[in-house]
Amino acid sequence: MIMKIVDVLICGLLLGGIYALIAVGLSLQYGVARVLNISHGELIMLGAFGTWSLYTFFDINPLISLVICGPVLFLAGFALHKTLFKSLLKSSGSIGAFEGSSLLACFGLLFIIQNIAITSWGADIKGYSYLSVPVNLGGAIFAANRLVTLAFAVGIGITFYLFLARTRLGKAIRAAAQDPAAAGLMGVNINHVLALCFGFGALMAGFAGVLLSMCYPVKATMGLEYTIIAIIVVVLGGLGSIPGSFIGGFILGIIGSIVSYIEPSLSLAAYYIIFILLLLVKPTGIMGK
Amino acid sequence: MCNMHVLEGERVTRYFGGLAAVSNVDFYVDRGEIVGLIGPNGAGKTTLFNLISAAITLKSGVIRFKGEKISGLRPCRICKKGIARTFQSVKVFPGMSVLENVLLGSLFGAPAKLSRADARAEASSLLEFAGLSEMKTVPAGDLTLASQKRLEVARALATRPELLLLDELMAGLNPTEIAGAMELISKIRDRGVTVFMVEHVMRAMMCICGRIIVLHHGEKIAEGTPQEIAASKTVIDVYLGEQVYAGNQ
Amino acid sequence: MNISTVLTKRSVVGGLVILILLIIFITLPLYAPAYTVILLTAIFMYIVLTVSWALFSGPTGYMSLAPAAFFGVGIYTAAILGMKLPLIVVIVCGGFFSFFLALLVGALTLRLRGIYFAIFTFGLVMLIAYLLLFWELHVTGTRGRFVIAVGHNTVYYIMYGNLVILLIVAVFVRRSKFGLALRSIGENEDAAAHTGVNVTLVKIVTFAISAFFIGTAGAVMATRWTYIDPFIAFNPLFSFMPVLMAIFGGTGQLWGPIIGAAIFAYLEEFLITRFPYYYMLIFGIILVIAILYMPKGLVGLIQKWRKGGGVV
Repeated sequence: MIMKIVDVLICGLLLGGIYALIAVGLSLQYGVARVLNISHGELIMLGAFGTWSLYTFFDINPLISLVICGPVLFLAGFALHKTLFKSLLKSSGSIGAFEGSSLLACFGLLFIIQNIAITSWGADIKGYSYLSVPVNLGGAIFAANRLVTLAFAVGIGITFYLFLARTRLGKAIRAAAQDPAAAGLMGVNINHVLALCFGFGALMAGFAGVLLSMCYPVKATMGLEYTIIAIIVVVLGGLGSIPGSFIGGFILGIIGSIVSYIEPSLSLAAYYIIFILLLLVKPTGIMGK
Repeated sequence: MCNMHVLEGERVTRYFGGLAAVSNVDFYVDRGEIVGLIGPNGAGKTTLFNLISAAITLKSGVIRFKGEKISGLRPCRICKKGIARTFQSVKVFPGMSVLENVLLGSLFGAPAKLSRADARAEASSLLEFAGLSEMKTVPAGDLTLASQKRLEVARALATRPELLLLDELMAGLNPTEIAGAMELISKIRDRGVTVFMVEHVMRAMMCICGRIIVLHHGEKIAEGTPQEIAASKTVIDVYLGEQVYAGNQ
Repeated sequence: MNISTVLTKRSVVGGLVILILLIIFITLPLYAPAYTVILLTAIFMYIVLTVSWALFSGPTGYMSLAPAAFFGVGIYTAAILGMKLPLIVVIVCGGFFSFFLALLVGALTLRLRGIYFAIFTFGLVMLIAYLLLFWELHVTGTRGRFVIAVGHNTVYYIMYGNLVILLIVAVFVRRSKFGLALRSIGENEDAAAHTGVNVTLVKIVTFAISAFFIGTAGAVMATRWTYIDPFIAFNPLFSFMPVLMAIFGGTGQLWGPIIGAAIFAYLEEFLITRFPYYYMLIFGIILVIAILYMPKGLVGLIQKWRKGGGVV
C-alpha cells in the first residue's frame, strides 16, 4: 500500500514538473504582457515536433534540442509581440479591450500553427524512444527519461526564478508586472520588456515541448490540452506569480496522478472541477492577493 | 415622524485587512440639509459613501434611510429607495449619448415606473437643469470633465432621489466651473433634494454646507456648523493645519 | 408590434427588402436544389449561434465561451428525447435545458469579470464533455448515440423559424429599456448598479435567453448529424466560431453578427470543399487580420466609410 502511494506521488511530481514549466511560461505572458496566450500549447507542440524531427532525421540528442528549439521559439515569441501584439496594444483603448482582442488573436494563431503542423507533420501520433531504460527508485520503477525531465524542469524553473529575482532585466520585468506605467517612468523600455516576456513565455513552452516529447507521444493537436492545463495551473497558483505556478503545477500533477490511479478517464474532469471551484472561491489563486 | 432623520448611521465600521477604513462612525442627515463630509486623504470619506450606497458591504453597524434599515440591500435597491450618488472618478457611460445616460436613470432608478415618453421628457428637462441640453446626442465620453460631472448629477437626479451623495463634485475643476457646481448644488437643494457631499474645496464647503462632519483615520472627530468647524482646535490640528494652507494657494 | 415599429421606423424600402427575403427563404425549398437548402441551414445555424452570442456578450462585454456547452445540451436533448417525443417538443426542450443551465451558470459565475469569465465558460464546455464521456463509458457502457434523422426541408424550416424568432427577440431587446440596461453594464457596471439597474438579474436573464436559442439550434442540428458523441456535441469550435463571426461582423449593430456569420459560414463551406486541409489555417489568418485591421468589425469599417451615419 505504502509502495503504491509513493509510486503515485512520484508520478505526480514528474507530471507536476512539466505542468509547472508550461504554466510559468503562460503566467509570464499573461501576468506581464497581459496576453492570455491560448496558443501556448501550440508552441509546446512545435517544441515537441522540432525535437522529434531533429532526433529522427538528424539524430540529434533531445537534450541538445533544448538549446535549439528553445531559442528559436524565444525569437518567434519576441517577434510575435513586436509585431502583432504591439500593434493591438496600440489600437486598444484599455487593458480590458486589449485582453479581449489579444485572446482572439491567439485563437487565430492557434488555428494557424496547428494547421501548419498538420500539413507538415501529418495528423497522426509520432514518438521516439530516448532514455527509456527503467530506473528503480525506492522500489518503484520509472523510465529514466521521466527523471531527466523532472530534473530539467526543476532546474529550468529555478534558473528562471533566480534570473527574475537577481538580474537587472529580471527586476525590470517584475516592475513591469507590478505597474507598467510606473516602470515606464522609471526608465524601463516597456515595449521591449513586454516583448521579452512574451519571448520567455515561448521559450518555456519550447523547453516543455522538448521535455514532453521524451516521455509522451507527439501529435499536431496536442496543444489545446496543455494550454488548458497551463491555464488551470496559472489560475490555481495566482495569475502572474512564478512561485505560484510552480506550486500549482506540482499540486495539479499530484492530483492528476491520484485521480488517474483511481480512474484515468476522469483526470481532466478533475482538473476542471478544481479549477471551477477555485474560480468561485478564490479567483486570485493560492498565491494571489 | 417629522423629526426622523433622512439618513442615519450607527457605529458604522468597515475594515480593509487590519486597517479600519471607517470605524464606529455615528452620523445623520436631515431632510433639506446640505451636509459636508471632510477629512484628509484616506480618512474614509469615500468608503463611507460606498457603504451607504452599498458599493461595498457593511459588516458592522447599521445604516437607516427614513427609519428603515438599508444596509445589506444591493446597490440597485438602495437607488430605488431614493439614494443616488455620483463618483469621485467619474463613471459615465462613455459610449452612450448624454440623453441615454440620463434616460437610464429615469427608466431604472425611479421608484415609480415611467413610460418611455415620460422618461424621455424628464431626462430632457434634467439635462436642461444641468446645463447640458445642447449636447443630448453627444457620446458622454466626449464631454469635458466638468460636463461629465454635471451629467452624473443629472443621471443621479433622474432616479428621483430624496438624498443625493456627491463625491468630490468639484475635484479637478477650474474656479469658474467650481462656481457653476456650487450654483448647481444649491439648485438641487431648492428642488427639495437633501445633499450629502464629500469635498476638498474648503471655501465652497464653508459657503454652502449647513453642517460639516469631519473624519480622520476613519473616525468622526468633529461635527458642527462651518463656523464651529473652522474654529475647532481638534480639526485645525489634524486637518486644516496641514490641508488648507497647502491646498489654498 | 415590434415588426411594425421596425417597418415604420426604417424606410419602406428596408421593410420591403425584409419582406422579400422572408418570402424567398420560405419558398426556397420548393425550387432550390437540396444542396442549397442544406447550405442555408448551416448558415442559419451559425447566424443563430452568433446573434445569440452577441445578444449577451456584445453589449455587456462579458466574453462568453459557453456556446458550445449550450449547443451540446441541445444536441444531447435531441439524442435522448428524440425517440420518445415529437420533434418540436424535443427542440423546445433543448432550448429550455440550455436556458436552465445558463441560469445556474450565470448565477454562479457572472460576478467573475474579464478574462476569468471567458476561461470559466470555456472550462464548462470541456467539463461537461469529459463527464459525459465518463458517464457513457462507465454507466451506460456505450460511446455516442444515434439521433433520428429528419428530412432536409423540415430541418431547414425549423432552423429558419428559430432564426426569425431570435431576430425578433434581438430587435426587441436592442430597442427596449432592457437593451439600454445591457449596454450600460458593458460601459460601466458599477455606475449601472448605482443608477438602479439590477445588473445581476439583467445579465443572468439575457445570458439564459441567448442560451435558449443556442440550445434549440443544437437540438435541430443533431437531427442532421444522426450520430453524436460527447466530443462531437461539445466541440469547442462551436464556442469559438460565434465569437469570431460576431467580432468579424462587428457587434455594434444587429446586422454585424448576421453578416459576419453568413460570410464565415459560407466561407467555411467553400474552404472545406476546396481546401479541406487548409481551411482552418485560412480561417486563422483571416481572424488575425480582422482583429488587426478592423477591430470594430465590418460594421465599424462601413460606418467609417459612411462617416457620421445616423447612430442612435
